[in-house]
Amino acid sequence: MSDQAIVEKIKARFSTEVLDVVEFRGETTVTVKKDQIVDICKFMRDDLGYNLLCDLCAVDYMGQEIRFMVVYNLYNITTKQRFRIKAPVEEQNAAIDTVCTVWSTANWLEREVWDLMGIEFNNHPDLRRILMSADWEGHPLRKDYPVQGPDREPYQGRLS
Amino acid sequence: MAANTNETMTINMGPQHPSTHGVLQLILELDGEIVQKATPHIGFLHRGVEKLSEHRTYHQVIPLTDRLDYLAPMSNNLGYVLAVEKLLGITDQIPERAERIRVIMAELTRLKSHLVWLACHALDIGAMTVFLYCFRERENITDIYEQVSGARMTSNYFRVGGLSEDLPDGLDRTIREFVESMPAHIEEYEGLLTGNKIWQKRTIGVGEISAEDAIDVGLTGPGLRASGVDWDLRRDNPYSGYDDYDFEVPVREDCDTFGRYKVRLDEMRQSCRIILQALDKLKAGPILADCPKVVLPPKKDVVNTIEGLIHHFKIITEGFKPETGEIYQGVEAPKGELGYYLVSDGSAHPYRMRVRPPSFVNLQALPQMVEGKLLADVIAVIGTLDIVLGEIDR
Repeated sequence: MSDQAIVEKIKARFSTEVLDVVEFRGETTVTVKKDQIVDICKFMRDDLGYNLLCDLCAVDYMGQEIRFMVVYNLYNITTKQRFRIKAPVEEQNAAIDTVCTVWSTANWLEREVWDLMGIEFNNHPDLRRILMSADWEGHPLRKDYPVQGPDREPYQGRLS
Repeated sequence: MAANTNETMTINMGPQHPSTHGVLQLILELDGEIVQKATPHIGFLHRGVEKLSEHRTYHQVIPLTDRLDYLAPMSNNLGYVLAVEKLLGITDQIPERAERIRVIMAELTRLKSHLVWLACHALDIGAMTVFLYCFRERENITDIYEQVSGARMTSNYFRVGGLSEDLPDGLDRTIREFVESMPAHIEEYEGLLTGNKIWQKRTIGVGEISAEDAIDVGLTGPGLRASGVDWDLRRDNPYSGYDDYDFEVPVREDCDTFGRYKVRLDEMRQSCRIILQALDKLKAGPILADCPKVVLPPKKDVVNTIEGLIHHFKIITEGFKPETGEIYQGVEAPKGELGYYLVSDGSAHPYRMRVRPPSFVNLQALPQMVEGKLLADVIAVIGTLDIVLGEIDR
């Protein structure tokens, strides 16, 4: 099934949720609203066969209307195809439903997104920091967090 | 014990431990010798590679990727460089010689990583001779790394558009001699371990995970292949000319530690096959793509022509600016699927570089593999999952 056909199936089933479809360098990305993300992911896994969640991450588009974007990179082991689903998450209500019930891979990946970006995952079984220490304040991968850390001056030298 | 007191003993297999293969902390709740619950704690080696790469040009990120899975550095380099080339859209302009040398180096890296895996896995279980034998072979590969890139471990050899330097003279003979001697060494390791009753008792039936559970938890690489799933990115989503070589993908139905051991040994044999084929097909030619805005010009152009000088200056100080867009590139690293998700906003720095580390996702399978089993099995399972904390923590 080509990427185009898969996009058509998603649009047919979730016509109100699809915000955008982009094809770039042979990869297809579908941006959906975050409300029914669990149903969309279940549909991707059960009906379209994307059984491997390769990666779950978040991007901080600081300065744009909707600040965060949660990205799901999927892989279909039988047809060897990749697909990407993105869901925008706004800053004021930085929360989205967990997809741990669809793929258990999401457990630690969502913990990492919470730890580094500060996006909460509703109904996550164990949402706590994973890479930073348990008493860390702040979410380091956000664009407004300083790269040198909270307690140092910025690097004054040149990089190149 | 728990039958008498209804209590479990919580012990800390702390970040400093010879068998945890890095700084991994395991909190184990034990009922005598049976593990009731195992909680891994990671993050002791978090260096902020993803955050740092947002402040570096695309070329400057390559040394950062070396240090992710430090036992397979060229694999990390390859994944990143392929991702940037995909983002730029120059994947089909990479010269053939560069692609073949990349494959040779990537497979040598797979051998290097699997030798360390076998050495440390066997050492943890108690077979100390194998450790020394594997490191003896690994020393040959490290010598090759040093001749090719100047560094034994953190090679920083690949560049966006090709390689940083060509192979030195005579190195293809050295590589061929080494690779032709490897199958005999692999037989040596098998002779020490495969038929060994103690090895079989420690590895057969230990750390079992079914195919559905493995796919559900995201296990990739040899762990997935040993559970019966026929998955290999080199064959299915080929990159860097891998569809040009003839190799088999070892798949077993065992689902346990012994199966993963056999799969990795077979992978080492197939890597030797691929390297020999690549060496046979290696022809003279350029090693960098013809993209003056992206690839550094050769030194004689920099000092003799004004275009070379300007391109060199611009690429070093400002860096090249890809189009706005995002891509995901997965490569078959020795540990599993190493993925790079790059988001570009049109500037010279990656807007977001996300590394999908195979060991991070594989480690999630640890609790379900050891709960209800003996403490000694925890050591065997950590070894068989082949985790590298540099990759997990980034």
